[in-house]
Amino acid sequence: MTTATQPRGRARTADHPATTRSRRLRRAARWWPAPLLVAVFTVPYSALPLPGLLDGPIGSPGNLQLLALCLVFGALATGYDLLLGRTGLLSFGHALYFAAGTYVTNTVMLEAGLSFAVSALLGLLAGVALSAVLGAVSLRVSGIGFSMVTLAFAQVGSILVQRDPGGVTGGEEGRAAPAERLPASLVGIEHTANLYWIALAYLVLVLVVVQWTVRSPIGRVWEGIKENERRVEVLGLRPYGFKLAAFVLAGTLAALGGIVYLLLTGGATPQATTSDFTLSLLVMVVLGGSGTRWGPLVGGILYTWADHRLGDLAGSGAVAGLPSVLRVPLSQPLFLLGALFVAVIYLLPGGVVRLPARLSAARTSRVTADRDEVLQP
Amino acid sequence: MSTVVLLTFTGLGLGALYFLVASGLSLIFGLMDVLNFAHGALLSVGAYGTWWAASGHLPGAGPGGAGFALAVAFGTAVGTVAAVLLELAVIRPLYTRPREQILATVGVGLAVPALLSAIWGADARPFPGPKTLSGTFGLLGAEVPVNRVVLTGAAVVVLTALKLFLGRTRHGLVVRAGVEDRAMVTALGIDVRKAFTLVFAIGGAAAALGGALGGLYFGSVDPEQGTSLLIFAFVVVVTGGMGSLTGAAVASVAVGLVQQFANYYTTAGLGDLAVVVLLAVLLLVRPRGLTGRLA
Repeated sequence: MTTATQPRGRARTADHPATTRSRRLRRAARWWPAPLLVAVFTVPYSALPLPGLLDGPIGSPGNLQLLALCLVFGALATGYDLLLGRTGLLSFGHALYFAAGTYVTNTVMLEAGLSFAVSALLGLLAGVALSAVLGAVSLRVSGIGFSMVTLAFAQVGSILVQRDPGGVTGGEEGRAAPAERLPASLVGIEHTANLYWIALAYLVLVLVVVQWTVRSPIGRVWEGIKENERRVEVLGLRPYGFKLAAFVLAGTLAALGGIVYLLLTGGATPQATTSDFTLSLLVMVVLGGSGTRWGPLVGGILYTWADHRLGDLAGSGAVAGLPSVLRVPLSQPLFLLGALFVAVIYLLPGGVVRLPARLSAARTSRVTADRDEVLQP
Repeated sequence: MSTVVLLTFTGLGLGALYFLVASGLSLIFGLMDVLNFAHGALLSVGAYGTWWAASGHLPGAGPGGAGFALAVAFGTAVGTVAAVLLELAVIRPLYTRPREQILATVGVGLAVPALLSAIWGADARPFPGPKTLSGTFGLLGAEVPVNRVVLTGAAVVVLTALKLFLGRTRHGLVVRAGVEDRAMVTALGIDVRKAFTLVFAIGGAAAALGGALGGLYFGSVDPEQGTSLLIFAFVVVVTGGMGSLTGAAVASVAVGLVQQFANYYTTAGLGDLAVVVLLAVLLLVRPRGLTGRLA
């Protein structure tokens, strides 16, 4: 071992220019968000086609809506990770708070005839109240019991929405948002760019809130609860209140996301209430990398994009011509996503965002292994 | 009176279905700390296996008499094999990562129903069954469908068999000890991994049997059937106390009956709500479930 370290040190001083170059590269790489930021802000004005990735030019209303959906789901996954990756709570009922935002806002607009701003406020409050009450009950059990109870609550919400009590929710069809109650600048296909900006604003808000709370003293306690809840108790803190705070915050962000989603899709549909919706959030978070700053965002964007594009792929002629062994699984996006999810769990622990670090770690270990081999004789 | 009798039998039948799913879930969770989200998929596999065999694809099996029994046996066997495969291929490589085990079963639980609907379509398929089982019999002025009684009987048989297995055999002893304290069993030099596979096989068989008989109960099979039953099975498992078989049995009967009666006497859909409200109340009063086991 000692013979191996000495020559390596000498080798580093020998190729000095290469080191400075790599350092300069690394310094430049620190500015990677800049081009991304520019891209995000120029998207609505761009007519550039991205063949394979998107259908037609980027700035077309259809693609703008897909991109806005990607941003909303990236934000939703980031909010959900507040529970899963930051506090260690595996909630299976997140769809309920999202749906509360969507359905309450839409229903108040339709039934009470209030303006969008008032309805959205009520929808948000409904999300806060619901997550506070149900969170208080479900957090009485810990671990897997908590997961099951949140799932059961969300299921009730889903059943209620689909049974359509009093014709309020629209049952399995859902209900379209009333165009006359919405601000004129948010209605119609020519205003899709505005919706994109709203989705972007929501994403930024979620990222800021999550970053800020995670770095605050409460966030430290969350981290402690995730690592070892018993030790937090021993330190004289009651985890219950902290967990409830995380649950309510995540629920509030989800409800806000529901309102943005309502604007984006122009209606409330029962698909957003189902447990599949929560599971897809879970897939997004794990796909991207749970407990990281950008992971859930990356996962949400990737998943939403893949879901839409795989749907197009399933309906395309290329798949219809394949033999049935290939055609049958390819026609189901959910099968592909489920299989992909299992594959990610095995092959990519830590998600997609850990991929660069893993690759470079693999490369350095290979390089040192090679060097050791050379030095051995 | 006749309504009450009918509702009781329907509730018992539904409870039996819940028990067939929940018993496996509860044992798997108790022993391995794995919440098996793919358990509903196992039920669907059993249901589709039986449907496939009973529709005349399997020689000797058919919609009537002994042929149907063979079809049910075939469906159960397919479900058991699927469960063992699930344990060996998906769960076993992740023994050191418990959170990922649950996530992997979520992935399988999403993929399998999607695959089933890709092969046989997303719409419900009519379920073939023998005439004797699709009929009714008169009791206290009510026309009770026979399949309710068959389901309840099957659940009682499964409960008795499981009780005997856990109480009287050496493997059952290992499973019970593993539920109590897995680390201690390993420390005594017993390979708990065999017990893991065994418990998965038992749970898969029970769920697949539930799927086969659930086809009779609902009269049709569809890919999402298992997933919707799974959620109420979760409610049963939490209510009964996780890892407890007796608790699961009591809770499944209670949940089935409450659901049926509330759905009939109030508006439809309120029964499902009542069950979850009951769960919430129970958790507020006794956070560890009916049997007081550690959650």
